[in-house]
Amino acid sequence: MNVLSSWRSLSEKIIIPIAALILSLVVFGIFCALNGTNPFAVYSVIYQSAFGSAFSWQGTLVRAAPLMLTALCTALPARLGLVVIGNEGALVMGGIGAIAAGLAFSSLPPLVVQIAMAIAAIILGGIWIMGVGALKYYRGVNETISSLLMNYIAIAILNTLVEGPMRDPSSLNKPSTYPLLEVNWLQSIPGSRVHFGLIYGLIACVIAYFLIQRTTFGFGVRTAGGNIRAAKIAGLPVGKLTLAVCFLAGSCAGLAGMVEVAAIHHRANASLNTGYGYSGILVAFVARNNPLASVLVAILLGGLLASGSGLQRSLGLNDASVLVFQGIVFLVILFSESMYGKLDFFKDRQVPPKITPSTQPIA
Amino acid sequence: MKDEKPLYIPRRQIIRGIIASTAFGVTSQLWTGCTPSEPTTTDTTATPPASGSELTIGFIFVGPKDDFGYNQSHFQGQGVISQLAGVKTVDEANVPETATVQETMLSMINQNGATVLFPTSFGYFDPHILKIAKENPTVQFLHCGGMYKEGVHPTNVGSYYGYIDEAEYISGIVAALTTKSGKLGFVAAKPIPQVLRNINSYTLGARSVNPTATVQVIFTGDWSIPVKEAEAANSMVDQGVDVMTCHVDSPKVVIETAEKRKIFCTGYHVDQSQLAPNGFLTGSEWNWGKVYTTYVEQVKAGKTLADGGIPHLVRGGLKEEFCKLSSYGSAVTDATKKEADAVLAKFMDGTMVIYAGEIKDNTGKIVIAKDKKLMQTDPTLEKMDWLVEGVVGKIG
Amino acid sequence: MAAETADWLGVPLAIIGGTLRGSAPFLFVSLGECLTEKSGKINLGLEGTLLTGAMSAYAVSYLTGSPWLGVLAAGVAGLCLGAIHAWLSQRSGVSDVAVGIAMIVFGSGIAFFFGKAFIQPQAPQLPIFEFGAWSNYPPLQSALQVSPLLLIGIAIAPIMQWFFKSTRWGLYVRAVGDSPSAARAMGISVFWVRFLAITIGSFLSAIGGACLSLYYPGIWSENISSGQGLMAVALVIFARWQPMQCLWAALLFGGAQAIGPALQSVGVTSFRYLFNASPYIFTLIIMIITCSPKRTLAGSPGALGTNE
Repeated sequence: MNVLSSWRSLSEKIIIPIAALILSLVVFGIFCALNGTNPFAVYSVIYQSAFGSAFSWQGTLVRAAPLMLTALCTALPARLGLVVIGNEGALVMGGIGAIAAGLAFSSLPPLVVQIAMAIAAIILGGIWIMGVGALKYYRGVNETISSLLMNYIAIAILNTLVEGPMRDPSSLNKPSTYPLLEVNWLQSIPGSRVHFGLIYGLIACVIAYFLIQRTTFGFGVRTAGGNIRAAKIAGLPVGKLTLAVCFLAGSCAGLAGMVEVAAIHHRANASLNTGYGYSGILVAFVARNNPLASVLVAILLGGLLASGSGLQRSLGLNDASVLVFQGIVFLVILFSESMYGKLDFFKDRQVPPKITPSTQPIA
Repeated sequence: MKDEKPLYIPRRQIIRGIIASTAFGVTSQLWTGCTPSEPTTTDTTATPPASGSELTIGFIFVGPKDDFGYNQSHFQGQGVISQLAGVKTVDEANVPETATVQETMLSMINQNGATVLFPTSFGYFDPHILKIAKENPTVQFLHCGGMYKEGVHPTNVGSYYGYIDEAEYISGIVAALTTKSGKLGFVAAKPIPQVLRNINSYTLGARSVNPTATVQVIFTGDWSIPVKEAEAANSMVDQGVDVMTCHVDSPKVVIETAEKRKIFCTGYHVDQSQLAPNGFLTGSEWNWGKVYTTYVEQVKAGKTLADGGIPHLVRGGLKEEFCKLSSYGSAVTDATKKEADAVLAKFMDGTMVIYAGEIKDNTGKIVIAKDKKLMQTDPTLEKMDWLVEGVVGKIG
Repeated sequence: MAAETADWLGVPLAIIGGTLRGSAPFLFVSLGECLTEKSGKINLGLEGTLLTGAMSAYAVSYLTGSPWLGVLAAGVAGLCLGAIHAWLSQRSGVSDVAVGIAMIVFGSGIAFFFGKAFIQPQAPQLPIFEFGAWSNYPPLQSALQVSPLLLIGIAIAPIMQWFFKSTRWGLYVRAVGDSPSAARAMGISVFWVRFLAITIGSFLSAIGGACLSLYYPGIWSENISSGQGLMAVALVIFARWQPMQCLWAALLFGGAQAIGPALQSVGVTSFRYLFNASPYIFTLIIMIITCSPKRTLAGSPGALGTNE
């Protein structure tokens, strides 16, 4: 009954994003056509290199895996009304923690080592962003700016450590830490080339969703995010909530750093810092800070990045075209967010007809 | 005219596409249906492809292809072999040293049919190339940097690198014969062996003709950070430096800054003479086209890395044409040219040794003992962690 | 003889020169961001604007041979990107920070896509004033080479300060930024005031991009910006939303870029990366010291960070 009566608002949630995707494909098609490339060839390549085969699906998922985790670093504090963009810094710190733990405990059984790496990454990344939360709560420092600054500081720390105290002297021309033992690497999911980091990301997103939507803690967070004064009057420990949420946020990005170290690089070096953090911010915003939607958006972005590779290899478009495409997609999706509740068609027709004139949408 | 090949949609891809069809897939299938062509590559080959035996070669760059630097030098090499009959090249630029490059290599192999790959950035090697090479034993992976270790790395991986420090040595000679202040400047990215070797050879070259010359070095910390490079160049000019060179990804900023400050410069990676018509002396250039052509000939002859037909480690300097000297600029005097050409001739007949003892580092420690000669192929030179006497600057 | 004094005099001169050379982009971007934030919206996308500005300035200067046309083109490009941000970030339910991040991607995409053809050529550069011509000491001469753009930027700072303080339009911007509902009650069109503030702010930061590509370091490359656009956001807070203080902050940040290389040139080499990160550490420390949870920062626009 309930579902039936609200099918229009449900369909709104499905149709608007799809319409936004189609619109952005059209806009990008026009952009390509103006630059002398057949847009239909472009669409075909985008589809084939992102989702066209089991091979390309795997490529998309490999690219999406770190983004799910880094997106949570923005999505969780956002429910508390904080705009945190320190994802890159937390990822880097998590990577440093992971490699330190992985090297320190390398003689233990692989499972123990991996858990130690994950815990170290979670703690280090968590504390990094918790610092942002603490500065906000106790000193009133704007969290967007402080987290942005801390990105640069984290990268400087990484470079200093990698070229100084933690450097493996045999890493001659690309300064790195000592490598992890091969048994301690994070393996691929059997039958595919996607590593287990994808599973970590999926689990983290699901947990985050239930934590925020289905628990008292999450209710407190959402209340404080809605109106901080009312939350304080209601006796909610806003300070503790801020610190806890920021810690969780940072720990997710830190875990992404651990996955990068354990599954991809097997050591820490400057390659840890390649913009997964910034892409994560975008994923969180486009997913409207919903952890489950972040999964889908991360896969979408993974597909976009994969198609960027295909466009270069198959059509000879230059490497920036995927940036243009990405920009168009995200701008159009952000635009589409303002369309919710604006289109008459999606209004549930439960209201008695006599009130209709007064509820006309304000265009 | 672009050659329009008869284009087709591979049946396997359609089947895969249908299997993997999703909501997004269904809509996209419509577009695929009306796609007039299924382009597989853009590169035009000079001659019609030999039937069935066309060789597809993939190039991967870490930055843009036309940066007047490292990536451009490899892209020029790609340009040379794409002209060869029966060779088709695909490329991808701005590929970071992460899982992305693994995906790019796999896509080139599986989607473009590449059987030879040139992932050109140093950082691609470990772990990315090693991992993909192990999984694709029939594909040849050729990496720039000389990292291959027998018995440790997959047998279908090969390394090549050039002793460009020979050209740096001659650049140093030209610089030291041109300078008036006796102070030369070197903007460097990171204190790693490759870079240190260039700085040391440049300095040794300079001091071989002008024993009091000094080389000031500034490390910017990053491969491409234009504002810092310009700042480093400017502050060295302020310190009285009057010939400048660099080892960064794209030397354009340093060369142009030198020209603006009306001092001399020597280039790196590719020919930069047009950037500094007044102050350009000479420079060290890569000559990858020659190296790549040799590889292509070997592959076409049916040789592979695994069966030993293609050597795993290929290196060379001026003599082997891995690198070359840019032609002298207008500011170089005839006497200087003569002196530099004499040394060049010694490199060409193989009698020149740069690292011949006794050599001290700039803290006074003896790093190469008297009567000891380290040939270019000596592996200890690839672990260099010192700056030679005459260099002003520190690694730490 | 000049060469002997060079060693010890070189460092302060290099820092002064570096400040004059490197602060122009910081100045323009921070003034642009200041105007934007005063109206109650934040524009993180200025990094993209800066890159597009740098690219279009270089491209037009190369194609027409006139660097000033290049500066103009940068401004126009900035206006276009600013208009997108201004329109989109004011739609209901859309976060300005999110639009900013998307604009970084879009702006840098546009800049890199169309900029490919202009990495190689050399474009005519802006003329410079030789304030050091009286001296015969070359380091001093070079340190005092000043770009007219920097002078324009220095002139804009007090004008903007006066604009906010003493003009009716400045009052409108502040009113909209502090309390949109009150501004609406005064009969001000919040949308249009913000639209203008954001687009003009974007115009200014695109000029900052032109400083990079047509003055210093004077090339177009994809790495031309070392985060100046993002840093501007921090810089404006550092400057407490005061245009005049933006000027001092920009000079400070510009100078900080020069410290590392200048110290290395006399042999100080330790902690290179931490030196490079010093402006960020410094800003963070200043913010920690000066902020307080009890009150908002003096000068902070009331509507900033809210979705009003």
